[in-house]
Amino acid sequence: MNLLQTTKVTKHFGDFCAVQGVDFRVEEGEVLALIGSNGAGKTTLVNLISGLFRPDSGRIEFRGADVTAQSVHDRIKAGIARSFQLVNLFDQLTLLDNVALSIFSREGMTRRLHRLADLHRPVWEEAAEVLREFGLQGKATELAGGISQGERKLLDVAVACALKPRLLFLDEPTSGVSTREKAPIMDCITSIVRSQKITAVIIEHDMDIVFKYSDRIVAMHQGTILSDGTPDEIRRNELVTTTLIGAPHA
Amino acid sequence: MSTAPTALPVRSPLRTLAWAVPVIVVLAVLPHLIEPYHTILLAYGLVMAIAALGFNLLLGYTGLLSFGHAAYFGVGAYAVAFMVKYLHVQSMELFILGAIAASLVVTILFGWVCVRYTRIFFGILTLALSQVLWSLAFKFYWVTGGTDGLRVPTPSLMGVTSGAGEDKIEFLAHHYYTYVLVVFAACALLMWVIVNSPFGKALQAIRDNETRAEFIGIRIRRYRLVAFLVSGVFTGIAGALWVPLNELTTPEVLYWPFSGEIVFMTVLGGFRAFTGPIIGAVAFNYLKTYAVGFTVYWQFLLGTVLVILVLALPTGIAGAAAQVGAWARKRVSLQLTAWTKKRLVP
Repeated sequence: MNLLQTTKVTKHFGDFCAVQGVDFRVEEGEVLALIGSNGAGKTTLVNLISGLFRPDSGRIEFRGADVTAQSVHDRIKAGIARSFQLVNLFDQLTLLDNVALSIFSREGMTRRLHRLADLHRPVWEEAAEVLREFGLQGKATELAGGISQGERKLLDVAVACALKPRLLFLDEPTSGVSTREKAPIMDCITSIVRSQKITAVIIEHDMDIVFKYSDRIVAMHQGTILSDGTPDEIRRNELVTTTLIGAPHA
Repeated sequence: MSTAPTALPVRSPLRTLAWAVPVIVVLAVLPHLIEPYHTILLAYGLVMAIAALGFNLLLGYTGLLSFGHAAYFGVGAYAVAFMVKYLHVQSMELFILGAIAASLVVTILFGWVCVRYTRIFFGILTLALSQVLWSLAFKFYWVTGGTDGLRVPTPSLMGVTSGAGEDKIEFLAHHYYTYVLVVFAACALLMWVIVNSPFGKALQAIRDNETRAEFIGIRIRRYRLVAFLVSGVFTGIAGALWVPLNELTTPEVLYWPFSGEIVFMTVLGGFRAFTGPIIGAVAFNYLKTYAVGFTVYWQFLLGTVLVILVLALPTGIAGAAAQVGAWARKRVSLQLTAWTKKRLVP
């Protein structure tokens, strides 16, 4: 069953067409990888779906409802969340605060200004639990601005996961971290995503990660979808390997 | 999700409040220990502390630097003056209610325009709008008294007016000071609850990372507007409390240098700490009073202090005190460890 479906979505920046008539679908429960070279339109497509940009034309449907004109806030309420290529955190707040804010927001509590946040104990318990799942419980009271890049990447995903989304976009979750750290980060993220039955779309350049962790791969090139298939199909696809990967993947 | 228990590193709010009670008690007995002149100076400081607390909700917690808070202070002050002149009201409680209503109307109007922008654009807009109010107070002299301003007599406090033979200085230094202290304590407590509420956390999230805050579902503009309203109303209350102390309001309180003073006192105290604006307001009030008495070039003196402050103490008095406290605790801890080792190892 399709959780998300875009129909002929197009976005221009001036004369440059970043996304051109893209029909993109995400099925419920899958971990999908979105690949492509720099400038292929991957992040723009995610920005269009998450509501950061409005498409010039086309339609975006989430769980059967048209969300094309909806605000970011409404899309989050509907169940679309995302992490960022360049980590976006609340650097002067603790790790616990970062995750708790997602929970407060999800529960519609951030409007409350008459009661101390610390008194909402279940929220802090859940936030601590989320940090524990991501292996960050030891740094719960540290400021987000003071932890390592790998931990920041995990926290970025944890903040998004705390929203309990149905569809989670992970924009290059291992970019900027050492090769040694990539696999543990992806193991952690994918195990949580699968155990919580969150449908995930991973934008990634590292083909080892793409082939190892995804159920299906969509390849983009110059604003259009080049190919769509299982990791084995994409690995054997000559057009993809010559255009994006450069050589057949072993 | 795993059911394994997770330690919860959450602070107790009562622990934070524990130090505030003795401070309020000391402030309450001060009029019996110091001269009326100093008590009145302290009353001015507490009034400005309410304004600075309001201002810092925007600067320290929401990341918006307003150069126009004189507008809301002036609106509070003029609301009181108008109530005296045109409605013959004498009650301080009604003055405060009137100031809240007036500053709320103005902050809704100004806030609706300003919160669409951030950084320098926000600062310039707040400055420009406050200058509009100043020019209105300056030009509409038949309503506002122009540069002569409007006089405000001693108000009644909780229905009690000062006695016919009572010395006005004594009244201000005791009854009015206590009244200001109570309002200050209430405002400080309310602001403390606000900045530590989920709403306050959301403001801090907006300050740190607007994009991320939006992508966890926080409606940025709406939250900024509410912060703007709360900030303006606090400053309006300060304006209302200030007029009876000063006995007169003039367009000076709407002029941009007065906004600069509110910024100055907040930076002086430290905008990263909740107590910073309070300490800064009281310290600035003394600093300015003594600078004015010390030299005719008092503005130069204050300017020098500000430059030194920004360069040497970017976290303000409260931030520096916290750093010194942390350093001292670390030293004591190291000394204790060394002493214990010496005792245990022969």
